[in-house]
Amino acid sequence: MSTLVFTNARLIDPETGTDSPGWLQVVDGRITALGEGEAPASDTQIDCGGHCLAPGIVDIGVKVCEPGERHKESYKSAGLAAAAGGVTTIVTRPDTLPAVDTPETLEFATRRAQADAPVNVLPMAALTKGRDGREMTEIGFLQDAGAVAFTDCDHVVVNTKVFSRALTYAKSCGALVIAHPQEPVLSAGAAATSGKFAALRGLPAVSPMAERMGLDRDIALLEMTGAAYHADQITTARALPALERAKRNGLDITAGTSIHHLTLNELDVADYRTFFKVKPPLRSEDDRQAVIEAVRTGLIDTISSMHTPQDEESKRLPFEEAASGAVALETLLPAALRLYHAGQLDLPTLFRAMALNPAKRLGLQSGRLATGAPADLVLFDPDVPFVLDRFALKSKSQNTPFDGQRMQGKVTATYVAGQEVYRRG
Amino acid sequence: MRFAHRHLLGIEHLSQSDITAILDLAEKYVDLNRQSAKHSDVLSGLTQINMFFENSTRTQASFELAGKRLGADVMNMAMQASSIKKGETLIDTAMTLNAMHPDLLVVRHPHSGAVDLLAQKVNCAVLNAGDGRHEHPTQALLDALTIRRAKGRLHRLNIAICGDVAHSRVARSNLILLGKMENRIRLIGPPTLVPGQFAEFGAEIYDDMNEGLKDVDVVMMLRLQKERMDGGFIPSEREYYHRYGLNAEKLALAKPDAIVMHPGPMNRGVEIDGTLADDINRSVIQEQVEMGVAVRMAAMELLARNLTEVA
Repeated sequence: MSTLVFTNARLIDPETGTDSPGWLQVVDGRITALGEGEAPASDTQIDCGGHCLAPGIVDIGVKVCEPGERHKESYKSAGLAAAAGGVTTIVTRPDTLPAVDTPETLEFATRRAQADAPVNVLPMAALTKGRDGREMTEIGFLQDAGAVAFTDCDHVVVNTKVFSRALTYAKSCGALVIAHPQEPVLSAGAAATSGKFAALRGLPAVSPMAERMGLDRDIALLEMTGAAYHADQITTARALPALERAKRNGLDITAGTSIHHLTLNELDVADYRTFFKVKPPLRSEDDRQAVIEAVRTGLIDTISSMHTPQDEESKRLPFEEAASGAVALETLLPAALRLYHAGQLDLPTLFRAMALNPAKRLGLQSGRLATGAPADLVLFDPDVPFVLDRFALKSKSQNTPFDGQRMQGKVTATYVAGQEVYRRG
Repeated sequence: MRFAHRHLLGIEHLSQSDITAILDLAEKYVDLNRQSAKHSDVLSGLTQINMFFENSTRTQASFELAGKRLGADVMNMAMQASSIKKGETLIDTAMTLNAMHPDLLVVRHPHSGAVDLLAQKVNCAVLNAGDGRHEHPTQALLDALTIRRAKGRLHRLNIAICGDVAHSRVARSNLILLGKMENRIRLIGPPTLVPGQFAEFGAEIYDDMNEGLKDVDVVMMLRLQKERMDGGFIPSEREYYHRYGLNAEKLALAKPDAIVMHPGPMNRGVEIDGTLADDINRSVIQEQVEMGVAVRMAAMELLARNLTEVA
């Protein structure tokens, strides 16, 4: 039994909401003690130099492009990127080619993940076969094979009957359903959010109302079925009151948002910069501020990277034709720290949304600095400034909107079950 | 006079004095074009390629004529029929073009921003001949020249832009140009075709045409872009004509000397009464076509001057 102690740390614990100096002891991959003052004796000591020690990030909605498009991102490259970004658990999306919609594809993906990724990988499976919204997948078998949630990703299940049955069935299995709230017809073909900017650029746009309409429909179905539901990304002010009401009414609903919608707005697209094309499209500054506030109050539960690798070919196209999505495993933490440095969110609040809440939603023990929790940890210096170079990213695809931007805060080291999986060189 | 732009991608990037410079030079070409010997050699030895990813007869002919009158070697590439059908990307097309060493590239593309993207990758001057719903700068410039010649000035005018603003790059470029030149702009049309966000450009929005046309100096009609409509924006063409089509009765609400413009091609009996379109006392539609050639000659000359400076 080897003991490891982190000394001279600034402990960030989202569960207790504390940000205080102290030490943390790890035995056999689990946190066994933590406190202030004199650290206990141990086999190995790591001096944190006063830097932050927080629970590793649990990122729901990471796209790894296996099977199908391994040239964009493999389990190995995604795992290295995650480790470098302080993400200790990636919860992978099933929108691969083919989709992860059978126990066989899920087993393939799991095997690849176990062989190659240095961090925890938890797979999600499709809710409907081929993600085409017609027939539900084998939710029970997929759960047995390890699926932690069911989602058709950015495909909305248009057929309400199919969706309500899938929710009902999922409830009987105790499965979590993750959906993309968006009115599919209103948002069809949109590349931007409607408003002055989209009008100026002449881009097909969707009203932010489409998100609320999608959420309203899903909430009505939750009232019908009682299923456990998580909205992948809430990005507009108008959807927030509906979410608030649904929570108040006791529905089993949580919601996430993406780091891009928290830190960028529609104007960042500027002259048709396709690396800023994400789905749903970037919103107005008013929406961004409202979503930050909702993360602060806890109305929005989780922050995800929505890591979506795209190769140069699919991005170097006219804006309307270009693929959506951005890589973000490595930029999630520095981008989130912008909100900390701007004085909008403190560190325990950020880690509540990036670690504690996603872990709780998936029934994991991680996401906390507490005795008995797995020692999935990130050690970072929140203040060190740098300019992001996209070619220095570990992802196979480098489609980040933060290229060339000034960031503040870098990961020093990342630990999964007490084992170091990354250390900044 | 220095025209400090490498490309002409949109009115958005131009200043008042840039706009005036183009129009002043274009006046010279209007005179030249009216002589029997119309040839100049300011673009002599230069190669102009017209690349149209979207069908066009009028704009392409206008650019072709403009280039030929200035002595350029002009080539037309009908892209909608060729390599993009074979899967070539816009960037590959740009690389192919670079190898051909053109000096001026005139591009039309069905997607907003595509011409900007191409301009980032080629080594020559690029003129935007219309990209998606974004901009059509030479159309706005030729409209400005037409207005300036008819009204004697290009400021402090009340100008109504009527019809399908939402799908129109012509409307966007005109809105920006006429705003920069300090005119009052009204946008007239059903709210499905004139969305409220255009008010943020400083325009007044009217869904009642009779109200909107009161005392305007210029009535600019837009073509109903049937090919860009992916859903029911209007109930029918006859109802549209009844409410938003320009006829003599509605025009009587404008100033007595108000002029009527249309970028063409017209849908007679849909957005404009045929007789009115042909009324030489009110309609300047033919003049617009004439100004088009002159403005494009001016724009190409100004861009070409910068090319030789670099060389």
